[in-house]
Amino acid sequence: MTLMKMPMFAWSVLCSMFLAMFAFPILTVTLALLFLDRAIGTHFFTAAGGGNVMMYVNLIWAWGHPEVYILVLPAFGIYSEVVATFSRKPLFGYASMVAALVAITILAFSVWVHHFFTMGAGADVNGFFGIMTMIIAVPTGVKIFNWLATMFRGRIELAAPMYWFMGFVGLFTIGGVAGVMLAMPAIDFQLHNGLFLVAHFHTMLVSGVLFGDFAGLIYWFPKVCGFRLNERLLKYSFWCWFIGFIVVLVPLYILGFMGATRRLDHYAASTGWQPLFIVSGLGSLIIAAGLGLLILQIGVSIRQRAATRDVDGDPWNGRTLEWTTTSPPPVYNFATIPVVHGRDPFWAAKQQGAAPSETRVFSDVHMPKNTPVGMFVGGLAFVVGFTLIWHIYWLTILAVLGLLITAAIRTTSTDDSEYTIPAAEVARLESARQVEFA
Amino acid sequence: MSAAELAAGGHADARDIEVDAKAIFGFWVYLMTDCVLFAGLFATYAVLRDNTFGGPAGYQIFNMPEVLVETLVLLMSSFTYGLGVLAARGNREAQVLGWFAATFVLGLVFLSIEVPDFHSLVTQGNSWTRSGFLSAYFTLVGTHGLHITIGLLWMAVLVVRVRRTGLTRGNVRRLTLLSLFWHFLDLVWIFIFTIVYLMGAARV
Repeated sequence: MTLMKMPMFAWSVLCSMFLAMFAFPILTVTLALLFLDRAIGTHFFTAAGGGNVMMYVNLIWAWGHPEVYILVLPAFGIYSEVVATFSRKPLFGYASMVAALVAITILAFSVWVHHFFTMGAGADVNGFFGIMTMIIAVPTGVKIFNWLATMFRGRIELAAPMYWFMGFVGLFTIGGVAGVMLAMPAIDFQLHNGLFLVAHFHTMLVSGVLFGDFAGLIYWFPKVCGFRLNERLLKYSFWCWFIGFIVVLVPLYILGFMGATRRLDHYAASTGWQPLFIVSGLGSLIIAAGLGLLILQIGVSIRQRAATRDVDGDPWNGRTLEWTTTSPPPVYNFATIPVVHGRDPFWAAKQQGAAPSETRVFSDVHMPKNTPVGMFVGGLAFVVGFTLIWHIYWLTILAVLGLLITAAIRTTSTDDSEYTIPAAEVARLESARQVEFA
Repeated sequence: MSAAELAAGGHADARDIEVDAKAIFGFWVYLMTDCVLFAGLFATYAVLRDNTFGGPAGYQIFNMPEVLVETLVLLMSSFTYGLGVLAARGNREAQVLGWFAATFVLGLVFLSIEVPDFHSLVTQGNSWTRSGFLSAYFTLVGTHGLHITIGLLWMAVLVVRVRRTGLTRGNVRRLTLLSLFWHFLDLVWIFIFTIVYLMGAARV
């Protein structure tokens, strides 16, 4: 499989992880400097002593804005898989989709100042970041149009993941247009820290990320767990989320225009805001019902799992390779690495009526060994952070020692980080799977 | 042909090469994130450089002859480490240990200049609490020093390992990773030398 034959979800995760690599060290630095200010009296972000308060805001958003793309890019990838599968068409504009992902990845680092146009950086700086923010909306728009074009004249099947996708397209476009408005510094000065902004980014993150993650969970759940989730309840849940979300957010957009800011502890009755706030509050109850249905649905799905068992590993009439294997797949995924001649290889094979190539000659499969090192490092790093914040320094020292010892053990432990499943065992597992398939 | 291949009778299968390549790629990824971390500290330093808040500026406290010695010592340590890696490729274990001992000592010399230098600044009342400039200075240069310290600990662990198990393929790989780390720190120091010390002393 070459890069330009890779499924869009894999592309989106690749781009997201590039962003994570280059954004998170900035957060590391910022938190370290903040800690030094608190603990040993340095002057990075203090007002006295020659620090610079706005540097903190700059650093946080230099990480924070790429971070929203780290969140949303994998969801874009999920939507791309879902829309192609349920439109029974190849993803429209594959190359431009990849280009859009890469463009977003790069541009994500050039827009952070739009979070604080009111800092007073001046017209030139604000102008630059305003224009960059509008430019980054272009690749996102390209993706929206490509998804719509994928649906165009497709044989659309309204399965549950598709509901979340279609809800996303509408809401995300509204939120995105609101974002382009906010990208104009002159408008942003009016709306900064207001409910219009709050409504904007909740539209982006809930419809973009949350709906996408729901769609992905529903879509790949049968592959992971071997049975499908309850379609009917999922659709009920979707309608609650979708309608509730509109009821919550439309009043917030209006309130933002009326001048309401976020985190108010009171406001005068003469503002006339109360009815809109009440409507928005009622909307959140509808969303809560949607969340309840979503949780209920898990229980119902588990009880009905015998009826919805995924026997052939391809519950959605899928296009990509993961649907060629059993649900759940064997521990090594594929006994032999598949050779891919185009995008959507499984779909192409099904169209040509080609029987899945029966591999009869198996070779040893090399698997990475499980290691507890990551868990220890994660746990000890948490202890370090917690004890530094609460000034429990003796425990910090112990945890740092633990980290060093873990690293030393890892460095001195055996070279053998892999284990081998012998060919005979692979052949046995594969033939068992064939029986299951048949 | 690497030492490990020779030790294994001149045979290295594709599997081992893939494992090595993965580890080295992963370490490059880590180094790039570390590069961003230092970029963040350099940016912070650039912002706070002139915020001396009535305290001393760089040219008043930098001891340039000492900094030059530090620079030369670090550059030399990169050179000796490079010779060590060459010896490892040639499977000359005694030489490897010798060059690493030399590198280790040079690293210690570097720290034994830097730490007393920090100490004397603090005792003169010019600690990190004095001004934004000194906060940024201590944090940037200190983070590099912390990396050097961790590099030395890593080196000590590896020397013990090589003495115990010889120049196996895995050990040569580990030495290669540490060499990437060590040369990277040298590179960061060149930037510190230029941006913090030279530009500070020249009042640019």
